[in-house]
Amino acid sequence: MSWMVWTVPTAVFFATIAALLAGMTVWQIVSPTVERQGFLPVPTTRGDRFFIGLLTSAYIHLGVIGFTTISIWLALVASIAWMVVLMRWG
Amino acid sequence: MNKVENNKAWFLVLPMLVLVSFSAVIPLMTVVNYSIQDILGNSAFFVGTEWFEKTLNDPDLQGALLRQFAFSFTILAIEVPLGIAIALLMPKKGWQASAVLILVILPLLVPWNVVGSMWQIFTRGDIGLMGYGINALGYDYSITSNATDAWVTIILMDVWHWTPLIALLCYSGLRAIPEAYYQAARIDRASNWAVFRYIQLPKLTNVLVIGVLLRFMHSFMIYAEPFVLTGGGPGSSTTFLSQSLTSMAIGQQDLGPSAAFSIIYFLIILAVSYVFYIAIMNMQKDKVNTQGGA
Repeated sequence: MSWMVWTVPTAVFFATIAALLAGMTVWQIVSPTVERQGFLPVPTTRGDRFFIGLLTSAYIHLGVIGFTTISIWLALVASIAWMVVLMRWG
Repeated sequence: MNKVENNKAWFLVLPMLVLVSFSAVIPLMTVVNYSIQDILGNSAFFVGTEWFEKTLNDPDLQGALLRQFAFSFTILAIEVPLGIAIALLMPKKGWQASAVLILVILPLLVPWNVVGSMWQIFTRGDIGLMGYGINALGYDYSITSNATDAWVTIILMDVWHWTPLIALLCYSGLRAIPEAYYQAARIDRASNWAVFRYIQLPKLTNVLVIGVLLRFMHSFMIYAEPFVLTGGGPGSSTTFLSQSLTSMAIGQQDLGPSAAFSIIYFLIILAVSYVFYIAIMNMQKDKVNTQGGA
């Protein structure tokens, strides 16, 4: 696996994503999602909102890294907050 | 009726999942790993978000991104209406239909780099028909020194190459409209425009969304044609994203920055494709709903 040049941050990142996906799967089995309409313009399932949240979080991070001098940890906090809002009311 | 839930079919997806993990997931993970390190031969140094900062603030790459969007939206704005128009004009049946269909789709069969070479020769001032012809009309046409000429030629080349795809999709969409709609329109004495606006265009929406999605993604990744035709020049006026990426990754061996660039490129394509996906899905849902209500 040395050719993949793993680092601790990327390993933690992918482990977190994998854990979140596994968690979403378990959640789906325990209580299946119901499609509903929130503040997003289209009706979404839990998985849709999760994906939209991850994608927009990536953009939040890129925006913070590229165009501000704010710490990336603040981007992470903002992304988590955004994720919660999106999952609950999106 | 009691339905027994059986999810065993999911196991049939496993081989595909393994294949995708080797062809897409593992390479993508590797790219993410590359993007935060400076890799020189066998040694790698952790640099954090430095490559992302550099890439996002690189004026060359920002320029390439803007050109890429300009290119994609220009060719969509030309190819979609033109494709619909061609599909409407194509004969509906008989040997003429087959003959025209073959003629129209011929450009689709030409490989990308061959298209570039063909147009490169076609536009040469000394031996190319188009280049020589335009020069003979008194306009000093040169794709190697004039950026506008290069742009117009690349757009013309893409329109020539890919409008047939839109035309083909629309043609099949038009053939799927039941004759009864046209009969009803004739009874109402609907004008040709009304037939187009209220029967043909709404029935074409689904194929058009697929066509637009394919053309957007394809044009956003365009590489071989402009590379062969203009080499990205004059200057960098026709250098698009994939070409910047290739010269960075393979030309300069800057693995870290090009990995960061790849991730940003990937995220842009992912976001746009997802929006299209949602659009298609909602359109089909609307259709099912209206049919269910009728």
